[in-house]
Amino acid sequence: MKKIPAKYIEERVMRVLMVASALLVLAVVVSIILTIVLKGIRFLSWDMVSKVPGKDWNIADDGGFLNAILGSLMVVVPAMILAAAVSIPVVFYMNLYLRRSHPLSYAARLAFDVLYGIPSIVYGAFAFTIMVLVGMRASLLGGIIVSTLLMIPMMVRSGDEISKSVPDEMIDASYSLGATKWETLKVVIRQVLPGMITAALLAVGKAIGDAAAVMFTAGFSDAVPQSLSDPTATLPLAIFNWIIMPEPFPGRCYSAALVLTIIVLLLSLSGRWLGRRFTKNNI
Amino acid sequence: MTSPGNELQVKNFNLSIEGQPILRDVNLTFPERKITCIVGPSGCGKSTLLKSLNRLIDTTDDVRTSGEISLAGKDILHAKEADLLELRRRIGLVPQRPCPLPMSIYENVAFGCRIHGMHKKRKEMNEVVEKYLTEVGLWEEVKNRLGSSAARLSIGQQQRLCLARSLAVEPEIILADEATSALDPMSSRTVEELFVKLKEKYSIIMVTHTLPQALRIADYAVFLYLGEVIEEGDASQVFGNPREELTKRYLQGGFS
Repeated sequence: MKKIPAKYIEERVMRVLMVASALLVLAVVVSIILTIVLKGIRFLSWDMVSKVPGKDWNIADDGGFLNAILGSLMVVVPAMILAAAVSIPVVFYMNLYLRRSHPLSYAARLAFDVLYGIPSIVYGAFAFTIMVLVGMRASLLGGIIVSTLLMIPMMVRSGDEISKSVPDEMIDASYSLGATKWETLKVVIRQVLPGMITAALLAVGKAIGDAAAVMFTAGFSDAVPQSLSDPTATLPLAIFNWIIMPEPFPGRCYSAALVLTIIVLLLSLSGRWLGRRFTKNNI
Repeated sequence: MTSPGNELQVKNFNLSIEGQPILRDVNLTFPERKITCIVGPSGCGKSTLLKSLNRLIDTTDDVRTSGEISLAGKDILHAKEADLLELRRRIGLVPQRPCPLPMSIYENVAFGCRIHGMHKKRKEMNEVVEKYLTEVGLWEEVKNRLGSSAARLSIGQQQRLCLARSLAVEPEIILADEATSALDPMSSRTVEELFVKLKEKYSIIMVTHTLPQALRIADYAVFLYLGEVIEEGDASQVFGNPREELTKRYLQGGFS
């Protein structure tokens, strides 16, 4: 038999390892989705997603978890807008107005890295302390604030990465025509917008699934909040509450998980779709 | 100060980046409506000099300069924001790698005019876009797809689009930083011929690595070595009968 040179064996071994890793990841995704679908779909009914919990929800199958669905959206959508309103200017300031290597950009980048690494429960505890200090109760507003704080470092970090993909030539081209920094920014933003949208929606996907951040700050409620100072239910906390209860509540838990997953999926799909709409002129 | 016409002048210009001297005591007067080629080995400061002429060097870290650069007597080096924007309009740039802006072909040409508030009427703008796309020989190729993305043009077409974009803001001077080095031989020749045609109306200052190109099109030549101007003069003299030993050696391919 002819001897196969070592480098071909190496090549083959590496390829097998890569395929194996890819399959492993795929298997995890499929099994998570199968679990929540199989366990949750039986309990998912129109009532579940269109009604708040009934009076007797803790002894019978009464009502749904509309409070948690709406609560999650009411926390996360304003938080996304606030976080984007803070993050996008920060990204442009660090990358266009300051030089990328300016000490202030460097310090800011370091700070955002640290913030990114802080666990969400710590954000929750921190916000809770402040809320106690100013005499605020667990409320929709508290949830919005802490989710905003959670999303800002994620958005700044990915925005920072994305703006590195803008070729220097593009910035130079704009400047050399006599454009101001602001006019240049308006050019560059077309190039980074799709990436920024994807980054924002990924951050939302992360924040909407986070139970720890909203646990102390948004509280829980069986009703849909009527004002910013009302406490509100959220999907991850609903899941957390139900999973430890006896049957039939774990079923509700899985249907809530299914709804949450569908929301996140819709978010990321719409992010891609929006991104593609804006990229038609990109280089 | 003597500054006849619209000359671009560099006087006693020194530049250092992070303490490293890059350009030393550069004195140049770029002739009007001629092609000036700046040649020299890699790392001699050619591109830095070019970038100083329109102050794009501002975006580099820790740059120190001294001396004077002026266009028609107007100080470029110490120009304040508003003056600088106007000076940059008067000095166009054709980059090494063509980089269309992320917009349609039409908007690429119109962008510069829009930011300077030129040609506000739609009909006028259409004429301007047509005029400059025609001038760079792109009109026939793109007239039916002005609204489509500039990124879909071939690289040679993109470079001509960049040229049209610069011309649209009515500059007096065009800087070209190895503007043909990323192009295939055919497009490279097209752009080169364009420059020769354009020198009737504009002063062109180009940095080039290809000596044959400099020999073909230069009217005036500057030889830069380790940040110093070794020799400058009419191209025929600098290339044909160089005074300096270093220039001779460079032209013979003694170093690159």
